[in-house]
Amino acid sequence: MTEKPKNYSRRDFLKTTGIATGALIGGGLIGGLVGLNVDKDDQHVSDTGNTNHEMGTNGGFQFFQNQREFNVISNATERIFPKDDIGPGAIELGVPYFIDRQLAGQYGSNTKEYMQGPFAVGAKTQGYQSRLTRASIFRQGIAVLDEEANKRFKKGFSSIEAEQMDEILTAFQNDEIPMTGVTSAFFFRLIRTATLEGAYADPMYGGNRNMDGWKMKEFPGHQMSYINVIDKEKFQKIEPQPLGGM
Amino acid sequence: MATTLAKVDVVVVGLGWTGGIIAAECAKAGLKVIGLERGRKRGTEDFQQIHDEYRYAIRYELMQDVAKETITIRNNRKMPALPMRQMSSFLLGDGLGGSGTHWNGHTWRFYPYDFQIKTMTDEKYGPNKLSSDYLLQDWGVTYDELEPYFYKYDQTAGISGEDKNPFWGKRAQDFPTPPMKRTPILKKFEGATKSLGYSPFMLPSANLSEPYTNPDGEVINACQYCGFCERFGCEYGAKTSPEITVIPTATKTGNFETKFHANVVEVIKSGNKVSGVKYLDTESGEEFIQEAEVVVLASYVMNNAKLLMVSNIGEQYDPETGKGTLGKNYCYQILPGANGYFEEQMNTFMGAGALGMTIDDFNADNFDHSDLDFIHGGSISITQTGYRPIETNPIQQGTPTWGAEFKKNSIYNYTRSLSIGTQGASMPHKENYLSLDTKYKDVYGLPLLQMTYNFTDQDRALHKFITEKTVNIMKEMGAKTVEGKAPITDYDIVGYQTTHNTGGTIMGASPENSVVNPFLQHWDAENLFVIGAGNFPHNGGYNPTGTVAALAYRSAEGIIKYSKSGGSLV
Ligand SMILES: Cc1cc2nc3c(=O)[nH]c(=O)nc-3n(C[C@H](O)[C@H](O)[C@H](O)COP(=O)(O)OP(=O)(O)OC[C@H]3O[C@@H](n4cnc5c(N)ncnc54)[C@H](O)[C@@H]3O)c2cc1C
Ligand code: SF4
Repeated sequence: MTEKPKNYSRRDFLKTTGIATGALIGGGLIGGLVGLNVDKDDQHVSDTGNTNHEMGTNGGFQFFQNQREFNVISNATERIFPKDDIGPGAIELGVPYFIDRQLAGQYGSNTKEYMQGPFAVGAKTQGYQSRLTRASIFRQGIAVLDEEANKRFKKGFSSIEAEQMDEILTAFQNDEIPMTGVTSAFFFRLIRTATLEGAYADPMYGGNRNMDGWKMKEFPGHQMSYINVIDKEKFQKIEPQPLGGM
Repeated sequence: MATTLAKVDVVVVGLGWTGGIIAAECAKAGLKVIGLERGRKRGTEDFQQIHDEYRYAIRYELMQDVAKETITIRNNRKMPALPMRQMSSFLLGDGLGGSGTHWNGHTWRFYPYDFQIKTMTDEKYGPNKLSSDYLLQDWGVTYDELEPYFYKYDQTAGISGEDKNPFWGKRAQDFPTPPMKRTPILKKFEGATKSLGYSPFMLPSANLSEPYTNPDGEVINACQYCGFCERFGCEYGAKTSPEITVIPTATKTGNFETKFHANVVEVIKSGNKVSGVKYLDTESGEEFIQEAEVVVLASYVMNNAKLLMVSNIGEQYDPETGKGTLGKNYCYQILPGANGYFEEQMNTFMGAGALGMTIDDFNADNFDHSDLDFIHGGSISITQTGYRPIETNPIQQGTPTWGAEFKKNSIYNYTRSLSIGTQGASMPHKENYLSLDTKYKDVYGLPLLQMTYNFTDQDRALHKFITEKTVNIMKEMGAKTVEGKAPITDYDIVGYQTTHNTGGTIMGASPENSVVNPFLQHWDAENLFVIGAGNFPHNGGYNPTGTVAALAYRSAEGIIKYSKSGGSLV
């Protein structure tokens, strides 16, 4: 696992280049900067954006097609799993990158799901019935998150206050936002689930950076055996191990 | 045109526990056996990188690819059935070992009461205890008749346990290996249930407490309590699975051949027999007909029923008229329980699939139901299977499901919460059944299996009654907050419940009310055997596989006898 950028930190980069607005920054580099979340027509920095941390190296995008999409997902996941005094939130854990990778692969194209028609809405007890793949649902959902933010607050989703993001996410969760071919509640469930997956999956998937998700939960990851400690009364604090070795 | 292959003695469809048991027993008896498995070959060496919750537990790496084949589902006959587009409520097996590779290993014997449920319920409570909508029936075999076969499976699998449950059927022999470790978490349950006057005992486990060599010479290693068991293969060969026991046993006889990527699409009926099966090689796209003296379906509840339906063998059950037996008595499992939130931290992330303690004081007919509006019950257990972080985010009712408070609570509770669960019995109802879908197809062009299923009043009453018992136990265990499971309403295909589907190809003493006889021989085709939990006329208060395996061992004996003398075994 490469955790620390070897070349330069993003803050050094900011200082030396003098970049102050997101407008100048191409998708290739901003990835690691999303925590700063500076909006071009609004100098507001949202509190999710204020996360003062060292991100890992910018990984580039496999699915997201522009910085705006990536920022929306970053902010949404950060609201679902925010940084607090226990430890990092979704952004610092690399969750947006995890989601990017997943959407570009089997998960995004639903290759292990039955996707033959005819499609019908169905009852809640019948589960997923959308004709859309997860990749299409995320793409549409991100656009709708942005539209809704503009409708309510005249700004893009990534530029509104944290409480305003929560208000919109709650409206999605309560199925109050129209979407095409899928419900907003379903989209919300997808993001929520993907956020937790990214926070806690093995770090080889691009999230759970530095195994910080596991450290917060005191889950030791990949351990060969607990046979000698499982009968101990005391709680066992064990250094976590990833599958790939460090 | 399909290529016809040379006739063999026995063709087995599916290589999970049931297919493996039949293959091993028949091959040992000298019969030439071919096993056809739609999935791939895999085994212990493929499980060395298995501690990956995302890949195996969330994305179901080892399980059925529902892009190719799934079922359709509706809660009642009036609803349009829609495909289960992703797996969730239950996880279907695929590949060598089937679900036996990624099961937990709770290994039970159903109660004497289960096998004679109709007779014993009527005797004790009169014939109208449940309304006539509940299609209770005896199984056509008794516990005593099955006892040697239960033990045969215990021996093959090396089951670890203790004969300390005062209620269960008599065991002629003790368990082959001692019980697993009584961990502090288990002891909390033990203490609480004892002080409430119940009789706790160690859950019989197929994660072995010590290394063991079975009567066929297969070695099963000692469980390391690694915490990645259910939904994972075992990297130590310590969880008894078909691919480390019955499959190598069959292979070393020299009488057993396996074909992978072989998806069976039809059982070929000819007169009052079957002549073989048709399968598709899913890699080459070629079709083959494998002729055989005996055809054994061991492709799990769903496909055993589906293959009979698409092959037109037997009469489809019709809930309107009550006629027909194929697809009848589909049952599931009812899961009452309670969550408890504690102050002290516990080693919740350590565990093994079948590490647990159980009480049976409220299982089967072990308690009086005279004043209750349901029959049967369930085994109440605490299990320590190893909480994994993606799936385990315990929060008290009323806590938001995302955001700051969610994060704080789910992290805090991760090492401070426990649950008590129940395998609750499920009684057959005339409106719950399997049939063929008329709209949706699999990639081979066959109709999907259709499931019409909802929970019943019996289920709801049982759930409520047992949930209250589990709440009391959890309180006694010292939890700060205790929450019983919410009452059940409609069956929902979303959210994992259990892969304990039963019925559809039920057994019985008469062709009037069953698909197969007590040797699992088809009533309408004497050389066709159908094996699995689909044979259960109802589901009991336990996980199914111990009972499935015993029925399979008895059936194997029947197949060997049939191969010599032919004719009906009853
Ligand atoms: C996560 C999980 C945990 C479980 N835990 C327990 C437990 O603790 N205790 C317990 O008693 N039970 C448990 N079970 C249930 C248990 O695994 C099953 O009861 C048992 O493995 C079923 O064996 P089987 O041979 O009937 O079917 P399977 O294991 O499903 O095998 C059927 C095989 O047939 C193949 N097949 C299907 N259709 C075709 C076709 N058309 N052509 C060719 N091949 C085909 C499949 O690929 C599969 O390999 C669990 C199940 C799951 C999923
Ligand atoms: S818990 Fe035990 S039996 Fe299960 S996978 Fe781990 S070592 Fe194997």
